[in-house]
Amino acid sequence: MLAPAVLAQRSGGFVPGQKRPPGDPVEIARGKQVYGISCRSCHGADLRGGDMGGPNLLRSQLALADRAGELIVPVIQGSLARSGMPAIPMSPEDAKAVSAYVRSVMDTIGGQGKPPSEMAPPSILVGNAGEGEKFFGQKCAGCHAVTGDLRGIATRLADPKVLQNTWVAGVVRRGGFGTPRSTKPTLVTLTPKTGAKVEGKLVRMDAFQVTLELEDGTIRSFGRDGEAPRVEVKNPLQPHIDMLPQLTDQNMHDVTAYLVTIK
Amino acid sequence: MRIWLGLVCLGLWGAALWAQGGGVTPQELLKPLKEQWPTYNGDYSGRRYSLLKEVNTATVKNLSLAWMIRLTPGMPQAGGGGGRGRFAPPSTAKRIVGGEGTGDLQLGGGTIKASVLMVDGTLYFSMPDNAWAVDARDGRELWHYYWKTKGGTHIGNRGLAMWNNYLYMETPDNYLVSLEAKTGKERWHKPIADLEQGYFSTPAPVVAGNHVLVGTGNDIDSPGFLQSFDPETGELQWKTYMVPMKKGDPGLETWASLDAARHGGGQTWIPGAYDPETKLYIIGTGNPTPAYTTGKRGDGDNLYTCSLVALDVETGKIRWHYQTSPHDLHDYDSAQTPILADLPFNGKMRKLVMTAARNGYFFTLDRVTGERLVSAKYGMHTNWAKGLNRNGAPEHDPVKDPTVGGALVSPTAEGTVNWQPPAFSLDTGLFYVPEWNAFSIFYLTDLDPRGSMGLGGKEEVGVGSPGDYLSAIDYKTGKVVWRHRWYGMGGSGGLLATAGGLVFAGDGQSNFVAHDARTGKPLWHTRIGNISNAPQTYLLDGHQYVTVATGDTLWAFVLN
Ligand code: HEC
Ligand code: HEC
Repeated sequence: MLAPAVLAQRSGGFVPGQKRPPGDPVEIARGKQVYGISCRSCHGADLRGGDMGGPNLLRSQLALADRAGELIVPVIQGSLARSGMPAIPMSPEDAKAVSAYVRSVMDTIGGQGKPPSEMAPPSILVGNAGEGEKFFGQKCAGCHAVTGDLRGIATRLADPKVLQNTWVAGVVRRGGFGTPRSTKPTLVTLTPKTGAKVEGKLVRMDAFQVTLELEDGTIRSFGRDGEAPRVEVKNPLQPHIDMLPQLTDQNMHDVTAYLVTIK
Repeated sequence: MRIWLGLVCLGLWGAALWAQGGGVTPQELLKPLKEQWPTYNGDYSGRRYSLLKEVNTATVKNLSLAWMIRLTPGMPQAGGGGGRGRFAPPSTAKRIVGGEGTGDLQLGGGTIKASVLMVDGTLYFSMPDNAWAVDARDGRELWHYYWKTKGGTHIGNRGLAMWNNYLYMETPDNYLVSLEAKTGKERWHKPIADLEQGYFSTPAPVVAGNHVLVGTGNDIDSPGFLQSFDPETGELQWKTYMVPMKKGDPGLETWASLDAARHGGGQTWIPGAYDPETKLYIIGTGNPTPAYTTGKRGDGDNLYTCSLVALDVETGKIRWHYQTSPHDLHDYDSAQTPILADLPFNGKMRKLVMTAARNGYFFTLDRVTGERLVSAKYGMHTNWAKGLNRNGAPEHDPVKDPTVGGALVSPTAEGTVNWQPPAFSLDTGLFYVPEWNAFSIFYLTDLDPRGSMGLGGKEEVGVGSPGDYLSAIDYKTGKVVWRHRWYGMGGSGGLLATAGGLVFAGDGQSNFVAHDARTGKPLWHTRIGNISNAPQTYLLDGHQYVTVATGDTLWAFVLN
């Protein structure tokens, strides 16, 4: 929901600052055993719901609010029997132990509700290398060569996902939100109404001024007044930014399938 | 009854009774935005369009600093004083502490994202767990209320609500706290949601008639709801879920099962707009959950997530809904501020509601019936939809959903705009909104057929932005009339429009900028830091002030 970039700062489990009592390891171990026998078939080995119709317990409002079995134990004893959760005969101690186990798994839920038991991400290679090679020849070869600057790119960037992020962005991109920046400077040329042109590396720019690092290392800023001075900006990533609106996912997957062969 | 008598008295004595610290009568809340700023959006319309025009296209060049104040959130320290040690102006502010926590949790959130209420010469605003009253003339702290939290996501607090002499604040650990506006003393606090279930509360409450309307948030597959509380007693009046909760509830057919619906999200984390004539409170709802995977949600629309929902404030009944992102798979909440206005449309005056959604589409609807009149793409590179469905809403393109091989999508999950309030000028008929056009690759990382949970199951990688803009949209067509290029993600706190022909916005390069509302041309700017809340304006001693926040600092400008 909220702005993801800002949420990255959260600490600990899925409720920041929340301190659940740690629970008794012996009771939790006992509960895990009982869960395996009495609950697993319906609620799944990972508590996220099973084939026999039991819902995901890790997002159950009832189970999340449980502190010491006071909400989960009655369910085990049959309070939801009419809607499909049968009463399950067991001692009150075992029922409490299961609830302690359920709570202990809840403590492993990640930030923003990420489940604790994610499958390993599948390979992202879904494209056609031959098509990718063709596309590369048409759209990339003007600026790059797999025998030149991109030689061994798949060795340098062995993870196909990082390779894909990188060639799309135009700069090594391992992950993360936000706008990638080139490691090379953005070059700027200022053409005043009168006088000589100024060239330099961009420090910062807005509608009102441009700040540059000049060749001798000094930093200078220049006021902007509409079209004066004329400002030409050369962002090294611009060819790649210009590509983004045109690039189809098919092309993207194909090119990646091709580039992973450039070892 | 007692309350009503009080109002009559105020009416009779007029200005004489309005010493500093005066309250907000329900009548005050019905006025179009001008001298004061008594509710989240200034007035109920959500337009953030002030009738003040002392500061205008001709005079704005003389706008300059009146005062600034830096606030120190957290447990009040002896001496206090604005975080600048002995160089801060002396503070004699009263310190009040409340809350049910132990007082030792530091969960961040020390940024003013809130709208600032201005009532009778006093400003009232918040950060998570903190509320302040500040003199609107000189920025002096009058009192500081600190809430000891039990936890929860401290991402922001959108501000306070006011009714007569009482203030209302929501806390990250899900309480509605009512304070006496004059003293900051707590009147009561009431639980509004369960922290253990992952709820956290960021919205500004909105008072409509005899109702304090309170939304909440949640990221872990819990149902969203809106509640109404009695402003006097804090008693719950009604609670309306934004997803079906039992058999027979409308919209259940848009989910694969009741279990899916009951965990389907649709949070109410940004205040809505209110139409006193129809008594409809119109609010945008959040994303469905799990956010990035269909799983057990089914292929249906998943109502009422990512929708504009119109509720009767007296009963909480949903009168109409319009879903702006059916079956969302990109965390494109529709929790943007809707804007109400009565305007000509196809030769007739219509009662309209407009929204520029996080998903890059703009909508104009009839606000009485919910009939859609306009839908159009305003995000320059928005590409996640394959067209409009029979309701005129964008239909997600499966190849642009998070996929194993990666889907190259604009906007990012951050949205074409996020929570930042837009603005609408009655002079230009233009709807102003930040337009962010970055691209991300969305990877589906969890192929579990049950779907993921919360915001899990995907990886998003930002790959570049062709450019961000301040954009002005024609409500009649949804077409962007002009764009002003930003050199950064401008509009970070939201926007303000005024009858002085101006639109105020941050530019993403630490400037606070006044634009010509007709053309977007910048007319004035000052470099004060990254803007964190929406600019606002009020009138005091005959002078128009403009305020804006940068992090922990609030700035006020006036013509000198
Ligand atoms: C035969 C299948 C089955 C078995 C075995 C089973 N459950 Fe359930 N359980 C269900 C179903 C179906 C529901 C949903 C009932 C409903 O919707 O009211 C449920 C609901 C629940 C809920 C409430 C979820 C909620 O949010 O309302 C809890 C807690 C729960 N089960 C715990 C357990 C525990 C602990 C065990 C083992 C001791 C167990 N269940 C064994 C089928 C089962
Ligand atoms: C108009 C010229 C141009 C075109 C066309 C172009 N690129 Fe690039 N590319 C660049 C530039 C310039 C950079 C370096 C940017 C930098 O260093 O900041 C770059 C960077 C890269 C990188 C990162 C190299 C490294 O070593 O980190 C990869 C990979 C790449 N491009 C692949 C591609 C592919 C694949 C295409 C075609 C789909 C393509 N480029 C099209 C100009 C281009």
